[in-house]
Amino acid sequence: MGSFLSSRIITVLLGGISSGVVIALVALSLVIIWKSTHVLNFAQGAMGMLAAFVGMNLVFKGVNYWLCLVISLAMGLVVGGITERVLIRPLYGKPEINPIVVMVGFLGVIEAAIPSIWKSNFNAVPAPFSQIYYQSHGHTILVSPFVIYQVALALGVMGAVALLFQYTDLGLQMRAAALAPEVSRLLGVRVNRLLTLGWILSSGVGALAAVIVSSGQSLAPTNMDGIFVSAFIAAAVGGLESPLGAITGGLLIGITESFILNYWSTNMAPLAGVIVLVISLAIRPQGIFTRNVTRRV
Amino acid sequence: MIHVEELSVSYGAVKALRNVTFSAPTGRITAVLGSNGAGKTTLLRTISGLVKPSSGTIHCDKTALVGMATEDIARFGLGHVPEGRGVIAEFTIEENLRLGVLASQVSAAEGLERQFELFPVLGERRKQYASTLSGGERQMLAMARALIGRPSFLLLDEPSLGLAPLVTAEMMRTISSLCLSENLTVILVEQNAKSALRIAHDAVVLHLGSVIASGTAESVASDSDLRRYYLGLVQ
Repeated sequence: MGSFLSSRIITVLLGGISSGVVIALVALSLVIIWKSTHVLNFAQGAMGMLAAFVGMNLVFKGVNYWLCLVISLAMGLVVGGITERVLIRPLYGKPEINPIVVMVGFLGVIEAAIPSIWKSNFNAVPAPFSQIYYQSHGHTILVSPFVIYQVALALGVMGAVALLFQYTDLGLQMRAAALAPEVSRLLGVRVNRLLTLGWILSSGVGALAAVIVSSGQSLAPTNMDGIFVSAFIAAAVGGLESPLGAITGGLLIGITESFILNYWSTNMAPLAGVIVLVISLAIRPQGIFTRNVTRRV
Repeated sequence: MIHVEELSVSYGAVKALRNVTFSAPTGRITAVLGSNGAGKTTLLRTISGLVKPSSGTIHCDKTALVGMATEDIARFGLGHVPEGRGVIAEFTIEENLRLGVLASQVSAAEGLERQFELFPVLGERRKQYASTLSGGERQMLAMARALIGRPSFLLLDEPSLGLAPLVTAEMMRTISSLCLSENLTVILVEQNAKSALRIAHDAVVLHLGSVIASGTAESVASDSDLRRYYLGLVQ
């Protein structure tokens, strides 16, 4: 068993899954916003980092890691709500390019604002668990308690989002508001509130992803940039509408990246997203789990 | 009672409704008839708050509806089955119905039980996706979803659209008995004048956005000019 887990291919696979779940988490948060308001949120990664900066900076002042995580999450929820109310709501019903331009601008504003607020010395956030890899019969398995924590937190958040959407009344109303806003309003559903809630939820998920990424490394405003690009591709590969597709896309990119890193070259790792994108466009251009529906015109 | 007074609606330069005035008495079915483009659907959408009128008033009993948000009008007790039924195909039958009950005072369990009694076929297939239903079954689901929150007022937009004649007849019988058992005030918009006049108590005929006739269903049905020129009913 030990030699099996430490065999190179399994090691590479495990590494891919652990980076893939974070990509998947950000992709999921993009899908939540896309499904509820049809906005591609280019500032999603930066919004998450903003929340993480508020919370995780407190670690350096001696505040408990877990309390900082909760504060980051709370900040994520607040940032999402305010962004929807202030920046996005005036743009409903306008051309789809408008919110994209606004959010690209917001991305720039956040990445410029963070260093000016917290100055440029970005300290390393301590990992809450040991980063030393497990050993088995003298072999190293590229999994540490910290990696398990990252994967477990990401999977936990995904599970919680899935449960919310699938099994609660609130989730039912959120799905209905996204699928059929007019019909939902005719049934008394307060659609506008649910759109705000969609942004709040998505931004909270983004904040947790930013905390996962920033734990154990230095807290920098650009921590999420590379992951956001991968997550964007993952969401597109999944068909933008499908949470399961986004998660699968994220894992595929993470695993591809890990194989490129180990069997080809570190410099080529960013190609992973492009490779997955090209292959998926060739095989299933409509998205992994999207049913092939004819658009009514 | 739903009372519409001097209601006008414009889409840009196009006047969709011109000074429409009529009443739909409590516990009765009022048919709104007319050809394509007469303004029937616009009338219902304006009552529900989906379209803002340029002038005029709408009252449900004593409550003024103009200016209220659509979701508040729904919560107040006005059900609206829109044109094309508005069934959410990606949801199961039960999910569609639960969506209808959430904004009301009725508990989900009680509401579901009642609707499955009224429409047994929905109960048998509650876990099925709405996309698997036939046109008639979808219409039933749309009506059940509108009724589940126990509204006092019900707007039905072309319930017979796309249904076979036998299914239409069945649908009309259902509407008629529901109106009686629930003491509903129903506004029934139909192009199928013959079927609608069979169950309606009163009727309003719209033509190019104006009311050209109103009265009891019998008086409208027996007016030979209306039948020939506006209702498409050949003698």
